[in-house]
Amino acid sequence: MSVSTVETVTRGRVRRAYRRRAVIVVLAVLIVLVFAVTLMAGRTFYPPGDVVRVVLGQDVPGASFTVGRLRLPRAALAVVAGLCFGIAGVTFQTMLRNPLASPDIIGITSGAGAAATFAIVVLSLDGAGVSVFAITAGLAVAVAVYALSFKNGVSGIRLILIGIGIAAMLDSATAYILDQAAEWDHQEAMRWLAGSLNGATWDRVVPVAVALLVFSPVLLHRSRDLEALQLGDDTASALGVRVDRTRLVAIIGAVGLIAFAIAAAGPISFVAFLSGPIAARVVGPNGSLLVPSALVGALLVLAADFCGQFAFGIRYPVGVVTGVLGAPYLVYLIVRSNRAGGSL
Amino acid sequence: MTTDHSLLVEELTLGYKDRVVIDSLDLAVPPGLITAIVGANACGKSTLLRSMSRLLAPRSGHVLLDGKEVHRLPSKEVARTLGLLPQSPIAPEGITVGDLVGRGRHPHKRALSRWNKEDDEAVAAALEATRTVDLADRPVDELSGGQRQRVWIAMALAQRTDLLLLDEPTTFLDVTHQVEVLDLLTDLNRSLGTTIVLVLHDLNLAARYADHLIALASGRLHAAGPPEQVLTPETVLAVFGLRCEVITDPTSGKPLMLPIGRHHNAVRAD
Ligand SMILES: Nc1ncnc2c1ncn2[C@@H]1O[C@H](COP(=O)(O)OP(=O)(O)OP(=O)(O)O)[C@@H](O)[C@H]1O
Ligand SMILES: [Mg+2]
Repeated sequence: MSVSTVETVTRGRVRRAYRRRAVIVVLAVLIVLVFAVTLMAGRTFYPPGDVVRVVLGQDVPGASFTVGRLRLPRAALAVVAGLCFGIAGVTFQTMLRNPLASPDIIGITSGAGAAATFAIVVLSLDGAGVSVFAITAGLAVAVAVYALSFKNGVSGIRLILIGIGIAAMLDSATAYILDQAAEWDHQEAMRWLAGSLNGATWDRVVPVAVALLVFSPVLLHRSRDLEALQLGDDTASALGVRVDRTRLVAIIGAVGLIAFAIAAAGPISFVAFLSGPIAARVVGPNGSLLVPSALVGALLVLAADFCGQFAFGIRYPVGVVTGVLGAPYLVYLIVRSNRAGGSL
Repeated sequence: MTTDHSLLVEELTLGYKDRVVIDSLDLAVPPGLITAIVGANACGKSTLLRSMSRLLAPRSGHVLLDGKEVHRLPSKEVARTLGLLPQSPIAPEGITVGDLVGRGRHPHKRALSRWNKEDDEAVAAALEATRTVDLADRPVDELSGGQRQRVWIAMALAQRTDLLLLDEPTTFLDVTHQVEVLDLLTDLNRSLGTTIVLVLHDLNLAARYADHLIALASGRLHAAGPPEQVLTPETVLAVFGLRCEVITDPTSGKPLMLPIGRHHNAVRAD
């Protein structure tokens, strides 16, 4: 082999890695900027100096409460939940080779939603009780969808279709429970279902942050195996990937992340679904999307929450804003898959 | 490079759900040679290759690589010795040729290990061997079927295994490119001693390029041996249900199969 070919190969590889790294840096900078803006701006504006002092723990009259107790935990929850949604979504999409395979399409989010509604309306729980229900149901639905679609290994399409079916069933269960609910519970449940960062406290941030620290290293460790799965099960297996084990670990990790994020912030619509494809657009096919997609998720939730609070005159929950972004993309994907495949 | 790895199949039974596809099969892949597997559609060729490369666990029986059960060996260790190019691999959207071929290095990498010079060299060598250097920066989606096939072979080569299994590597190729791919595999076999097993549908190309021919008929071994012994009118009739004449190929001295369709009976001279 000639030296110049090796150089071509090295150059191509370095260029691909460079683009991915550049995108990661830009996204991280944007997150820091938007984070800073959400701490400063709002009904009252606090200058950067005040904000920095609050963050450092000093006492600033007015700012200590508004920035330290309201805005900071809210922005922090937006970031950690966004990171969780972003990684969980792209893990599913990569593993099943299909952008429709995100947890918010295949029933996991619906499961958490139905369980939370049940907990709020029927059991009159709140706070941690609702979270426990949401997390347990998210995991249970993931296990059920996986088990139902298992047949000589798991096929992506079968899992997606079964997931969509289960999502529809669970959504109608949610609708039924809501229909029976008393006025007050109804509002409470609706607010939860829309996905909202209102009233975020550190108590709500910490479990999500812990989930992030526990589950995301597991997924990052598998990122090369996940990438190999994109080549098809046969090729991945021939490359030394244990296909079923990788899938199982990825599902556990991704469901863990998304369940805790949903428990704290509600099922903020379409963030898991959108982050991966947006990351793929900006990064290109240049290596693992886990980190870029996590960052896109965080940026989406932060920015959508800020817009929801201040851009429209009345305040909308963050999930309404992301829903408006996500719905057209879902339609686009379905139209495109119809045109390309024609078999569905 | 030592290349005398043994690959043996013993009383192997494979199936999907309640259907048995391969039934108590015994065969040996001769080390250092080119083996072609032939057989009718759906007779279980791909299933056999998938099991040899660990994707499908046996119902009963064994696949032995160097005397050890492949399904018990660590998956990456197997993947450093035994490569497989499946019948229909999937290229992720937008992936470039260089990136795809680089994926062949997977079994040589740990989870977080960095890319090194050896990886680049393996990719470069694979691109050169398959004459795809000029395509390195192109997206795989934009290539012709033949170019794509060579890129997939390059990926398998980048894996640098001593044993290489290829499931129908010549589908989608025109006759020139079929010959080119088979020449390439022969080069690989001659220069590095790589043991090659490939599924082929063209019996004449199989007879010409393979040192060893395996004929499967509905999940069972019908015949195995040098092409001169295996490619006979009797085998073709039994395996494919096709009547034919076999003559000696004037270019290679190998057997050459001439099918007899329903309309050509009368022309036979004897
Ligand atoms: N994943 C699967 N699930 C169930 N049955 C399968 C699966 N893959 C293959 N089969 C069945 O197993 C049998 C053997 O298939 P296989 O793909 O091994 O055939 P083949 O000899 O490679 O055929 P071809 O020449 O058409 O590629 C066929 O009847 C096929 O329908
Ligand atoms: Mg086949």
